[in-house]
Amino acid sequence: MTSIQPPAETIWWKQPLDRVEGTWIAIALVWCLIMFVMMPVWHVYGKQNLSNEAYRTTAAAYLAKTQAMVDQYTVRTMTEQNIPVVKPPPGSDVYLLGRLWQWWPILELEKGQTYRLHISSMDWQHGFSLQPQNINLQILPGYEMVITITPDTSGEQTIICNEYCGIGHHNMVGKIFVTEGGS
Amino acid sequence: MKTELFRTCPESGLQFHKPAEMLTRAHAVLAVVMLLIGGVSALMVVLTRWPAVHLLPADRFYQLLTFHGVNMLIFWLIFFEIAVMYFCSSTLLRCRLATPKIAWVGFGLMVTGAVVNNLAVFGGQASVMMTSYVPMPADPNFYLGMILFAVGALVGCFVFLGTLVVAKDEKTYEGSIPLVTFGALTACIIAVFTIAMGAVILIPTYMWSMGWISHIDAAMYRLIWWAFGHSSQQINVAAHVAVWYAIAAIVFGAKPLSEKVSRTAFVLYICFLQLAAAHHLLVDPGLSSTWKIFNTSYAMYLAVLASMIHGLTVPGSIEVAQRAKGYTKGMFEWLRKAPWGNPVFSGMFISLIGFGFIGGISGVVMGTEQINIIIHNTIYVPGHFHATVVIGTTLAFMSLTYFLIPVLFRRQVILPGLAKWQPYIFGLSMMVFTLVMMGAGTLGVERRHWDMAFTDSVLGFDYPASAYTLMGLVGISGTLAIIGGGIFVMITVVSIFFGKRVESESPWGTATTRLMKAEPTVIPEGGHEAAGKFGFAAPGTFAMAILFLAIFVVYYALNWKYLSSVWPIS
Repeated sequence: MTSIQPPAETIWWKQPLDRVEGTWIAIALVWCLIMFVMMPVWHVYGKQNLSNEAYRTTAAAYLAKTQAMVDQYTVRTMTEQNIPVVKPPPGSDVYLLGRLWQWWPILELEKGQTYRLHISSMDWQHGFSLQPQNINLQILPGYEMVITITPDTSGEQTIICNEYCGIGHHNMVGKIFVTEGGS
Repeated sequence: MKTELFRTCPESGLQFHKPAEMLTRAHAVLAVVMLLIGGVSALMVVLTRWPAVHLLPADRFYQLLTFHGVNMLIFWLIFFEIAVMYFCSSTLLRCRLATPKIAWVGFGLMVTGAVVNNLAVFGGQASVMMTSYVPMPADPNFYLGMILFAVGALVGCFVFLGTLVVAKDEKTYEGSIPLVTFGALTACIIAVFTIAMGAVILIPTYMWSMGWISHIDAAMYRLIWWAFGHSSQQINVAAHVAVWYAIAAIVFGAKPLSEKVSRTAFVLYICFLQLAAAHHLLVDPGLSSTWKIFNTSYAMYLAVLASMIHGLTVPGSIEVAQRAKGYTKGMFEWLRKAPWGNPVFSGMFISLIGFGFIGGISGVVMGTEQINIIIHNTIYVPGHFHATVVIGTTLAFMSLTYFLIPVLFRRQVILPGLAKWQPYIFGLSMMVFTLVMMGAGTLGVERRHWDMAFTDSVLGFDYPASAYTLMGLVGISGTLAIIGGGIFVMITVVSIFFGKRVESESPWGTATTRLMKAEPTVIPEGGHEAAGKFGFAAPGTFAMAILFLAIFVVYYALNWKYLSSVWPIS
């Protein structure tokens, strides 16, 4: 009886396993368990894990916090739009916001230093995609995500929006400059 | 039972209940119409993402990408799946379809929903992608169309379930339902869950778009929407695995290696597949790592285990059937001597390989909690799901269609010479397409993005030249795949409406003959093991499975290595 007909043996569940299936199931199950264990193991030994830290917020409250940081630590501005470039002290709380269609402000960080990076959206959903590092995060309005980052390469990194957010989506670009620092 | 309501296919021996036959035909035809319009929009989208062509303006690109996603991922697949369900219940169980009139109401709702949704997208006020993430607003009809379609599909699910009850009640079969029907039942159970989740999220979103509700939380929306959006792809998995088993039975007379294992694997799908909605939320704020790890692994990868089992037992059952016919030389004579010129088989086998080796491995890798950080929302993601949903599901459905044209529509397949090549053109170019997309995604190229050159942005960004090369290859392979899909639509539509009526043998008549006649299973001397090697009934399949595992392990390890090279995050 083929697979499109009722099983020939009505008590089919008592049919013994053959060797090819039994062996494969055992191997596959072991591999599945290894993959499962890898995730908690990486939380202990790996260096790339997202924190569970997040807060509910509002656009106004988050904008106020970001503005306070910008007022305090702006070192220069860039482009005709005078986008502030902010250099917060190592170890501090750094605020980045996404809005239609901009990542704001531009950040300047020091290589090898650790920062608490807060990210939220002012309006729709956005995607934080740091290139060419290739770190990607989902950014939601009403939620303030906090991660601790330690840039270990210097140079220019670009933040691209990788969650579709309307007609200006492909122009939504921000920057993080990483300086050698250390002095 | 009124016998005049039934016809027996002289060739396959399948018995069709006429109202069920009409319904199956209607759903299959609408599915192909959706595939056609989804395919035309696919061409526009891929020609825009091909950097050297960059065909459409931005607004048109996002509009047609929305249109492509909805028509392919929802409408084409679900129309076809309802057809598969009616076939697997009424036809395979040789019984009448429950409540054909209500089934037609369901069909009407599905058609209405698809039209309402598509008109909203064409109106230009609903370019929100299939996911329609709040708080980005869409024309209310976008959600309304989805809701109507979902209700129609739900009606279809219950007609299927009702038909199982009728068959049991009227004793049209003995013992348990066939494995393929069991697979369709799995798809149906997942579909009911999926549609319920769709209702939970789309009805409030519709009310929000009408101004009756003031706020929908973005995180909550994503959590529930994906319980609908991802689960709807799990209907596809269950359905196309059922189709693989069906084709193995149709072409080779294959029987399951063991009913117990294959059915248990389907039950694992029902229990764990839905957890995979968490794949989409791995880099979202507000969810704990514990929640993410448990869910993204489908509870310790038990649904992955199920797919790895089907991946072995489907070709394994073919191998055993072939060895029983005497193709016992070496490890792979059974495979070499398979009917590679029959698109029912070749399409199914390419679907199996592409789904497992490309879609399966990439899906598990990118669904790993931490590895998702380097993949989320890059073009790697559509690379992955084109391997699962296009090579896996769509190609499996195309293969089944080549069987259904003579058997269900009673027409000969036109241009059999071209039909023979179609699965290769479509499947192989789709394989290249998915691989180069994943490559570009690894280089950070984004999905759902009109301009990878960032021409109009103030700050700009330059991708490496290799990313442009890969996106050029995406354009070329995508166009070839669409040509392959176009050939399928053309052959199917012309055959169904203008093909020669089948009186006796179809181009693949021999493959389908004696389908339902009880054929004594030929068991070689010493049982199946004797026909195999090393005490394995299906040694060739086992070797392929080990190759699959080796590739899986290496690729998984490489991605951890790549992850370890990015900035430390905690």
